Amino acid sequence: MKLTLTVNGTTHTSEVEPRTLLVHHLRDNLGLTGTNIGCDTSSCGACTVHFEGQSVKSCTMLAVQADGGEITTIEGLADQAQQAGISTGDQDWHPMQEAFHQCHGLQCGYCTPGMVMAATSLLEENPDADEGGVREGLEGNLCRCTGYHNIVKAVLQAKGGA
Amino acid sequence: MIPAPVEYTRAGSAEEAISLLTEHGDEAKLLAGGHSLLPMMKLRLATPAQLIDVGRLDELRYINADNGEVAIGALTRHTELEHSDVLADACPLLKHVASLVGDPSVRHRGTLGGTLAHADPASDLPAAVLALGGTLVAQGPNGRREIAATDFFASYFESVLAADELLVEVRVPSGGGGWNYQKFNRRAQDWAIVGVAVADGGKGIALVNMGATPLRATAVEAALAGGASAAEAAAVAAEGTSPVEDGNADATYRKHLARVLTERALNAAG
Ligand SMILES: Cc1cc2nc3c(=O)[nH]c(=O)nc-3n(C[C@H](O)[C@H](O)[C@H](O)COP(=O)(O)OP(=O)(O)OC[C@H]3O[C@@H](n4cnc5c(N)ncnc54)[C@H](O)[C@@H]3O)c2cc1C
Ligand code: FES
Ligand code: FES
Repeated sequence: MKLTLTVNGTTHTSEVEPRTLLVHHLRDNLGLTGTNIGCDTSSCGACTVHFEGQSVKSCTMLAVQADGGEITTIEGLADQAQQAGISTGDQDWHPMQEAFHQCHGLQCGYCTPGMVMAATSLLEENPDADEGGVREGLEGNLCRCTGYHNIVKAVLQAKGGA
Repeated sequence: MIPAPVEYTRAGSAEEAISLLTEHGDEAKLLAGGHSLLPMMKLRLATPAQLIDVGRLDELRYINADNGEVAIGALTRHTELEHSDVLADACPLLKHVASLVGDPSVRHRGTLGGTLAHADPASDLPAAVLALGGTLVAQGPNGRREIAATDFFASYFESVLAADELLVEVRVPSGGGGWNYQKFNRRAQDWAIVGVAVADGGKGIALVNMGATPLRATAVEAALAGGASAAEAAAVAAEGTSPVEDGNADATYRKHLARVLTERALNAAG
């Protein structure tokens, strides 16, 4: 069926099978491979994107459920920050990306796109989150490398700087 | 993992959803937040031929407190319950329990009607609605009917909803006495191994994952009404239960948890 999605500010019209998962549509049809697939069972958060401004697991949504809506993926986050006038650092990134970079909030980087998207949504929803709030707010995102400490540090730094 | 081929229609109104259900019969499934149905479809545990998406029915997304009662639209998302100022005053138990479901991304999608209709005895919000003595409103081709939460759950993943009925509203009493929710699990973001919801100072108590449906702890309620202490009443919390055995816990351990968590919940509810 016909699907119209605005992804990172660009409107795409595509023909998809209704059973197509949002994550497959983003990666395979639109070529936006920044969003990863980890568990494929709604548990790890590697596939986290924003739908209508809120974090969602794109492996647990049909692309057609988002029809007519707005999606932001990791590829669009810096642009969004630049438009909002909050981008920062040498690369003109979103403050969350800059904070992950500065705090060494990643090792292999596999969880990072999902982690960054979940973290930005978390601060949007709970701008005053303290360390406990950040840890709980990221409970749906698994990282096998960092032990989370530097991720939490990064989110708290981004909160302070944003 | 990809679901089996399926047709998809987005319903524009409750009436349209019901007429689509009538038209497609057993082949059709309503899709709300999709956070129970899609994982099952990906595992091919569910293979509906037709999905009827009600997830965007904003007319069924509201939280209103009026006349000693809170009315909540069935398509209200967990995140909206969690952040509701109306519930903070009128029904803090529901607000708190919603904040413990899954993780934030799950709560951005999952709906109150979906978790009730899915009727998983391990789910949190159904037990809260049961403890509160809530009422569910179903709409079918012949109009609306009210179902007491105590009559709603039939068995594992089974409610008394007919195949052509849509859950449209959930009503719970507002105010009431002390409340508490104990959710025991070993991993963040997970379902309860056992949970206990206490509403209205112990007048309503419901158990999570202690049988085929969420259960009212009637023996505990009766003991409290008869003047028993929290410890005495909690001692009978496992009476009449037949919990599942799984990798997390056997039945004996679940019964132990039910007693311990009930005592904690009663003490915290005051
Ligand atoms: C990773 C993860 C963790 C989770 N953790 C928890 C947890 O800790 N505790 C917990 O309680 N739940 C948990 N859940 C489940 C979550 O709460 C689901 O959102 C909820 O169970 C189903 O709601 P839904 O709106 O997504 O329903 P859907 O998946 O869309 O639908 C579920 C079923 O209900 C039917 N249905 C939906 N809406 C209606 C309606 N209005 N009328 C009639 N039938 C309807 C559908 O046809 C389907 O059969 C978790 C889910 C995931 C993916
Ligand atoms: S791939 Fe979606 S949650 Fe793991
Ligand atoms: S950095 Fe490797 S999984 Fe998180």
